[in-house]
Amino acid sequence: MTKLLEVTNLEQRFDLNTDFLSKLVFEKGRIVKRERIVKAVNGVSFSVGRREVFSIVGESGCGKSTVARTVVKLIEPKGGRICYDGRDITELSRTEMLPFRKRMQMIFQDPYASLNPRQRVADILVEPMLFHKIARSPEDAREKALEILNRVGIRPEQASRYPHQFSGGQRQRIGIARALAVEPEFIVADEPVSALDVSIQAQILNLLMDLKEEFSFSYLFIAHDLSVVKHISDNLAVMYLGRMVEKGSKAHIFGNPLHPYTLALFSAIPRISGTKMRTGRNLEGEIPSAIDLPPGCCFHTRCPKALPVCREVVPQEREIEPGHFVSCHLFA
Amino acid sequence: MNDTLLEVKNLRTYFHTFKGTVKAVDDVSFSVGRGEILAIVGESGGGKSVTGFSVIRLIEEPGVIESGEILFEGRDVMKLSEREVDRLRGKEISMIFQDPMTSLNPVYTIGRQIEESLLLHTKLNREERRAACIDLLRSVGISNPESRLKAYPHQFSGGMRQRVVIAIALAADPKLIIADEPTTALDVTIQAQILRLMADLVRAKNRSMILVTHDLAVVSEMADRINVMYCGKIVETGSARKVIDESAHPYTKGLIDSIPDLERDRKRLNTIKGIVPNMFELPEGCNFAPRCARATELCFGVEPEQREIGAGHFVACHFPLGGPAHEEEARS
Repeated sequence: MTKLLEVTNLEQRFDLNTDFLSKLVFEKGRIVKRERIVKAVNGVSFSVGRREVFSIVGESGCGKSTVARTVVKLIEPKGGRICYDGRDITELSRTEMLPFRKRMQMIFQDPYASLNPRQRVADILVEPMLFHKIARSPEDAREKALEILNRVGIRPEQASRYPHQFSGGQRQRIGIARALAVEPEFIVADEPVSALDVSIQAQILNLLMDLKEEFSFSYLFIAHDLSVVKHISDNLAVMYLGRMVEKGSKAHIFGNPLHPYTLALFSAIPRISGTKMRTGRNLEGEIPSAIDLPPGCCFHTRCPKALPVCREVVPQEREIEPGHFVSCHLFA
Repeated sequence: MNDTLLEVKNLRTYFHTFKGTVKAVDDVSFSVGRGEILAIVGESGGGKSVTGFSVIRLIEEPGVIESGEILFEGRDVMKLSEREVDRLRGKEISMIFQDPMTSLNPVYTIGRQIEESLLLHTKLNREERRAACIDLLRSVGISNPESRLKAYPHQFSGGMRQRVVIAIALAADPKLIIADEPTTALDVTIQAQILRLMADLVRAKNRSMILVTHDLAVVSEMADRINVMYCGKIVETGSARKVIDESAHPYTKGLIDSIPDLERDRKRLNTIKGIVPNMFELPEGCNFAPRCARATELCFGVEPEQREIGAGHFVACHFPLGGPAHEEEARS
């Protein structure tokens, strides 16, 4: 069986130069040409199977959200290939993408910014249904919308309210309902719970898992919180500065973490059980800028185990055990 | 802890809006000992930040501190004039705010902003102030402090800015630091650096800290004692390990159970049903009763008083969890 989503060597760049003149910089008494390009994603490959939850974790600026948005082609990829259900969608135009848009839906991080404040909740769901011709008539669509809202915990009498009349957790439920409205099979969730309080976060995570069972969804789940990721994922990848440094099943990454960055990330998590963080060793320094990526392994500037070779050569991904990939010279 | 630095008695901070009165802090009493880290935890809207702000009377219209005593080293802050409170702020009690992006002034250099506190609260001359600024920056782990003095906030990353904010808070060597979600805006590896730094600085000088946060895991790593707040009231207070390992209030237990655990796998997260009640229409009796699985008729009618269930462990609940076990402990 083919994978639902296969991404190979995905690249994404953002050009910060608005025009030719902005590339010119005055330096040491001379005018030189300097391009400022954010290398957000640098050769990322992964696949998501049917009914699988694949998560990408990493700190802010590592490119995880960019991967999510590029995969559904909200941003055109600058390199690499995206295959969805066996078909290459990398080069598809906007109209050619439309049938795929119905099959892949997105849930966004900020439940305040991602709902149209001037649309009633029911209309937020009805509009995509009519657009994708899921419903035969507006009445039919409305009926379906109420059903879906009820499924995510919004009562029918609340459906004619506006988004601002709901709390953050309820809005996120509406965001989920909107994604469900067009009966997708693949859901990209970009930090869907990070803006919510813990008690609400748990409710939403349970809802996402229940829906997965009910509708056999596949998820691409983006998060920075490792404990959330551990709870929800089958497989995951750890990203740092636009690269996947480690990738494998949940058991691989949490049972046998190998990459020094993964290890550092684990030791930095505060835990309810104790005082490991205060005594444990931690990473020094900060994440380098994605405009001037360090040469060689992008993590060598902070890595406690860096070798001379790490400063020069980009490490290749290696399969350490079946299905467990690490990009690090220590394992070469 | 008999050496008390701060004692807050029956604090009430209300917000009078055109929609009605919000009792953001309602009859809250607690104390902070010297050298102690007290955490105030709860979800958004619980009144934890307002409690922190009330201690240095940083409450703006329409908020009013209705009543209560705030005894700092025996002096009642409530009875001081605005000028006298100004002398207290920054010198004796200082604040670290959540958002390092907005709590620094973008048009002044870092050096000038640190110096301001020294200028106001110490008698150092210009050279001494400069030397003190450099020492402060070094103590919060900023390399090359001499050259950084002339930098502006936008030239710093989020983690670095929060270090600068901490340096400013420490400048006049205050006895109490109130930190309002100091690491919420930061990545987990940076969060670990900042938390460790704050704990070390507090411990090294036997200073005290009130740590306001929503993150129970951070709290269990950092705090000596914990106040759990819900809807403006302290529902449980006690030593950190007691509150977390032997939580007596169903809300505390609910919060802990809704956090996905890295150390063990669970199919579903336990959740607290429902949402935080509207602060304009708080329920009769116990505020938590509508969301509580153990609530009885009594809970919906009578507000529970705080009572001691173990040494220094207080809970405001008619039916605290693990009742008999606690009673046994109290006897032995």
